[in-house]
Amino acid sequence: MTALLPLLLLLTSLVPAAISFFLAQDSYGLRNALNLGGALLKAGLIVAMLFAVAGGAVYETTIPLAPGLVLLLKIDALALLFVSLSAALWLLTTIYAIAYFGTKPQQSRFFGFFSLCVFATTGIALSGSLISFFIFFELLTLSTWPLVSHKQDAASLRAARSYLLYALPCSTLLLVAIVWLESATGPVLFDETPDLDALDRSSQQAIFALFIVGVGMKAAIVPLHGWLPSAMAAPAPVSALLHAVAVVKAGAFGVVRVVYDVFGVARVTDLGVGMPLAVLASATILWGSIRALQQTEIKKRLAYSTVSQVSCIVLGAALASPYAVIGGLAHLVHQGLMKITLFFCAGIYDERAGVRDIAGLDGLGWRMPWTSACFSLGALGMIGLPPLAGFVTKIYLGIGALQAEAAWVLAVLGASTLLNAAYFLPLLARLWFREAAPDARGDERVPALVVPAVVAALAALGAGLLAASPLSPLGWATLITEREYLR
Amino acid sequence: MTALVALLALPLAGALAAVVLPHGAVRGMVPALSVAMLAATAVLVAGLSAQAPTRLKLGQWPPPVGIVLEVDGLAAALIAMTALVMTAAALAALRSEQPAAAGARAAFGFWPLMLLLWAALNAVFVSRDLFNLYVGLELLSLASVGLVAIGGKPEALAAAMRYMLFALVGSLLYLAGVVLVYAAHGTLDIGLLADRTPAKPDALALALMTAGLMAKTALFPFHVWLPPAHGSAPAPASAMLSALVPKASFVILLRLWFEAMPDRAQDGALVLLAVLGTAAVIWGSLRALLQTRLKLVVAYSTVAQIGYLFLVFPLAGGGSAEMPWSAGAWTGVLFLALAHGLAKAAMFLAVGQWMAVTGSDRLDAMRGLATAMPMTSFAFALAAVTLVGLPPSGGFTGKYLLMTSAFAAGQWMWALVLAGGGLLAAAYLYRPLAILFARADAPGPATLPTRGMQAIPLCLAGAAIALGIASETPFELLSIGRPAAAEDGS
Amino acid sequence: MSGVTLYALTGAALVGTGFFGLIAARHLLRRVLAFNLIGSGLFVYLGAAGARGGEADPVPQALIITGIVVALSASALAVGLIVALARARGRAMLPEEDVGG
Repeated sequence: MTALLPLLLLLTSLVPAAISFFLAQDSYGLRNALNLGGALLKAGLIVAMLFAVAGGAVYETTIPLAPGLVLLLKIDALALLFVSLSAALWLLTTIYAIAYFGTKPQQSRFFGFFSLCVFATTGIALSGSLISFFIFFELLTLSTWPLVSHKQDAASLRAARSYLLYALPCSTLLLVAIVWLESATGPVLFDETPDLDALDRSSQQAIFALFIVGVGMKAAIVPLHGWLPSAMAAPAPVSALLHAVAVVKAGAFGVVRVVYDVFGVARVTDLGVGMPLAVLASATILWGSIRALQQTEIKKRLAYSTVSQVSCIVLGAALASPYAVIGGLAHLVHQGLMKITLFFCAGIYDERAGVRDIAGLDGLGWRMPWTSACFSLGALGMIGLPPLAGFVTKIYLGIGALQAEAAWVLAVLGASTLLNAAYFLPLLARLWFREAAPDARGDERVPALVVPAVVAALAALGAGLLAASPLSPLGWATLITEREYLR
Repeated sequence: MTALVALLALPLAGALAAVVLPHGAVRGMVPALSVAMLAATAVLVAGLSAQAPTRLKLGQWPPPVGIVLEVDGLAAALIAMTALVMTAAALAALRSEQPAAAGARAAFGFWPLMLLLWAALNAVFVSRDLFNLYVGLELLSLASVGLVAIGGKPEALAAAMRYMLFALVGSLLYLAGVVLVYAAHGTLDIGLLADRTPAKPDALALALMTAGLMAKTALFPFHVWLPPAHGSAPAPASAMLSALVPKASFVILLRLWFEAMPDRAQDGALVLLAVLGTAAVIWGSLRALLQTRLKLVVAYSTVAQIGYLFLVFPLAGGGSAEMPWSAGAWTGVLFLALAHGLAKAAMFLAVGQWMAVTGSDRLDAMRGLATAMPMTSFAFALAAVTLVGLPPSGGFTGKYLLMTSAFAAGQWMWALVLAGGGLLAAAYLYRPLAILFARADAPGPATLPTRGMQAIPLCLAGAAIALGIASETPFELLSIGRPAAAEDGS
Repeated sequence: MSGVTLYALTGAALVGTGFFGLIAARHLLRRVLAFNLIGSGLFVYLGAAGARGGEADPVPQALIITGIVVALSASALAVGLIVALARARGRAMLPEEDVGG
């Protein structure tokens, strides 16, 4: 029975996806029930497993493919961290999306591919072997395309093409890296670091670089980040999916897997590739913030903010000292919670007030108090205001940098906090301290849009306030680090 | 044993019956025949075991006088793929009005030619005699040329004629090689040839036969006949021609280089074959990028995909034969061949449905069809996933196996060909997909194919994906009777 | 010169002539004839090959007869196509080769 748990987790998304495709547009009830039911079931399964895994249980399923292709699904602590994030956010996003789409057309297609994306993300989280990771990683690329181009207009199609233009070459390089590696070591399983000594040093470095390019594209590491801001053409639930639930998270998670489970900390240090990655991540953090500052559209500013924030996870992985790892892993969850709050709110401003530009936010705070309160909470968390979630991760990253003897990272973190404040505070000032334009509208009459935002904001708040609890994201990240990487 | 006889005799008898029976009776016979063939295929595959490959000595004559038919994993897998593609193409042809619209003569000619093609394919897959292979190959070429010409339009006739000339040159080159082999060894049985005392004319004979088969497989630079021929045939015929026919001559190439004369596989020649394959990948893809007619995009993609198959020669032949990576390369290429067959047939059948709706195969006429015909479009997308080699698909499994063996062999450039070819395929298949998915300017077409009709290409494309998801069973099937030259050396 | 050598040389000459026709002729009918010449040349050579060792070998004879049947069917189809093409285009040549004529 326990061997079936990983499969069951996958099926909770795959079954709704498969059925949704064949539903008629007007079977709203059935489609919503399917998708909500799947999301709830998955959340329930995860809660049921949480304590067992905390106690050291591991669930795994192997599906044999052709020799060399091992499809291994395994639920360990790190997998559960990612999968519980995506499951929780999927549930919220499903509620939000049902309200967002209302009676708009092509919903069966949307929810079909949406669930397929979550299926792929779950697969990425549960992958216990390199090749299963790649299979689900590619599945995610493909199932995201119809979502980004969902509106079927020229801008969406351009955005979707730009996404593939980044994604396919990078994943080809990832495949080359995997094949190169596995031709020397045989199939790579994550629970035992493979012996790479059959390859010479420069080959190992080249493989590492190829890996980082392959997974870093999804994590939007500069200069592979261009697709993310242009993907803003997609509907708001898709943005939430790209920025918080699935895509960039899969990229960051991939970097963690590559550094810790494919190469291992010792080898990364030995090869001298950890520091260059940390520098790259730092550059991304700063560049994303600077670009965010220049944007006048809310969603674009949030998108560049994602570019910047996701690299905090990469930075944590690259520094590879205990505190940095904990900070990075915790930020995987923290950033997801805060960013999804912000995107939910941006979508509500767009839908209910017709506001897309920052200039339109003037005075909206009192008109749409719930939304604006959530937005403010998310933004302050991103800046790193204590005791919010963002603060906790920045502290851990800072200590981790000192442990790794990379004090310059403190300067990067400081600068990024200032920049975050510079691009978020003006928004908050407009919301709460400016007079609204005379013709301004805006209401919060659709609770199904607002409730997910409130829940996500509260979760982000809780993750910061309750950081000391063992089941908080930080506590869980500490557990993973102690169990997996500091053996 | 009975299944094997049925697989050869049923389509031949069916072809003869289709000539004499009235049209309505033929339409009734074809589905029944397809079901019978699928059943026979299932029996054949199930009865195949690693210990005793199914062998049939015609008339109980032993070679060299008699002719031996033998079913190994390779033959069984291709027979199964052929059965699937043929059944799908037959159903599509039954339901679409196209053969009838092209004139009574076309409707009359289609079924006998199709069934002859089926018989010829199966005969080539199981034959172990070079001359018997020649006869099968000729039957195959003649039926194919007939199917290309069946529309009767001037461009179709010209394409058929060009195809005929290439096919004839190919046949003669092959025949010349066969004659040399017989003159030197007094036998044409592949099993006996494997144990022959090497003779001087062997290299020349192998070269002649290879050149002829290259022309028939449409390997670059002998590919020029293929795109116009596959582009002007009716869609169900294009599906069979593109998915199946090049595989037959490729199988003969494999039999020659890995079973009959593996000792003659010089490294230079093997690399030359792979270099031509590489050129085919690049050239076919670039040409596909430039086409404005969807059918030609799909046809040029066949030119490119055939190129991949030739990477097997340096990776599993010659000095690689005893190496641990050769088994992976051999199986990988066969995965690619099977996946390409299923996916390409799905694509042509999908295009056929769009042509029936819009009356054209120009790319810009396809705008917005994804909304009107989602199942067909999804089938095309799945087939594209397979051809690009993305997981989870049979194309990916094949690519992974081949790339791994290329790196293991230290011949990483072939891995780069596969990687780059995948990107090129993504580029030329993205164009039609984006157009299909764009919002239509005009209201959608009035009459649409039924869901059952749309499900036909979807089933084929789904089979190509399933080949990757459930890859263990086909892998084991393909390992049965694998030639010694492609056996895992470790 | 023995009979076998004579056969072989005749076969070679036929193949050579056919090969020349194949390259030189643009008219499709001539090309089909050239194919038949090459095919006949190969069959003659095959017949000669069967006479090795003085003992009559039945296999080449069977092969030749089969081959002739195959070649006949191929020629019939080719000629049929040529007629259809000539009716449709007015000339028995492929469009891309029909220059200056």
